[in-house]
Amino acid sequence: MVVVFFTYFALASIVAGVMTVALKHPVHCGLALLALLLHVSGLFILLNAEFLWAVQVIVYAGAILVLYLFVLMLLNLKTDDRYFHSSYRYFLAPAAIGSAYVLFLLMRSPFKGTKGDAPTVAVLQDGDTYAVGIKMFSDYLLQFEIVGVFLLGAIIGAIVLAKTPKPVVDKRDR
Amino acid sequence: MVPLSAYVAVSAVLFLTGLLGVLIRRNFIIVLMSVEIMLNAANINLVAFSYYLESMAGQLVALFIIAIAAGEAAIGLAIIIVVFRGKISTNVDEMNLLKW
Repeated sequence: MVVVFFTYFALASIVAGVMTVALKHPVHCGLALLALLLHVSGLFILLNAEFLWAVQVIVYAGAILVLYLFVLMLLNLKTDDRYFHSSYRYFLAPAAIGSAYVLFLLMRSPFKGTKGDAPTVAVLQDGDTYAVGIKMFSDYLLQFEIVGVFLLGAIIGAIVLAKTPKPVVDKRDR
Repeated sequence: MVPLSAYVAVSAVLFLTGLLGVLIRRNFIIVLMSVEIMLNAANINLVAFSYYLESMAGQLVALFIIAIAAGEAAIGLAIIIVVFRGKISTNVDEMNLLKW
């Protein structure tokens, strides 16, 4: 059953990603990106990461994507006839060959490594949110605070950038 | 049971799709969307390794990546609005003011 869901979410997210890159109208690209984000959140559910699922739906699909769509509607872009880069064909064949090679390497790799301290049974006992919270506010407290300061800086920067500039008054005229 | 390499393969395909989008699209907003695709591919990778190697660190880093993606989207879209105000275009090819 998990395999069926994984196949669906994986294929749907890849198709949505390709559509995001390939569709012509920017709003359609935004909606394809929304489909991609929701299917990726489905993959998170399959990996026992419910908290990340919630964050993905609320923050990514709910906030970031709406910000994108706001800007798209605000600018009211008209689509060019030529919406790909002029030499995009030169990128396609190397991309296909490179991705085939990467997939070949991935399928051969065993991905062994030392196990951490959060086995699935222990995580499922108290829930994923509990495990994330305990870890975040003990070992990752400094990074958490840094991200807070980063977000404050990003907010201030966005406001300063998007503010309507004051009309320039030449001082010599006064 | 889905093998770990399947998740990593999905992540690799999505990352390459995003990279291709950054390279070939001409609309700056779509380029930023392709960056979001790449960040999502990295998130899939981190969460998959976090599950299979039984460590919580991957999920935390994925959470921080989402926060950084939010900041990046805010700043990038503000830059787009500033550029659009002056030039009435979001075409990447026409943004050459900082070109050396």
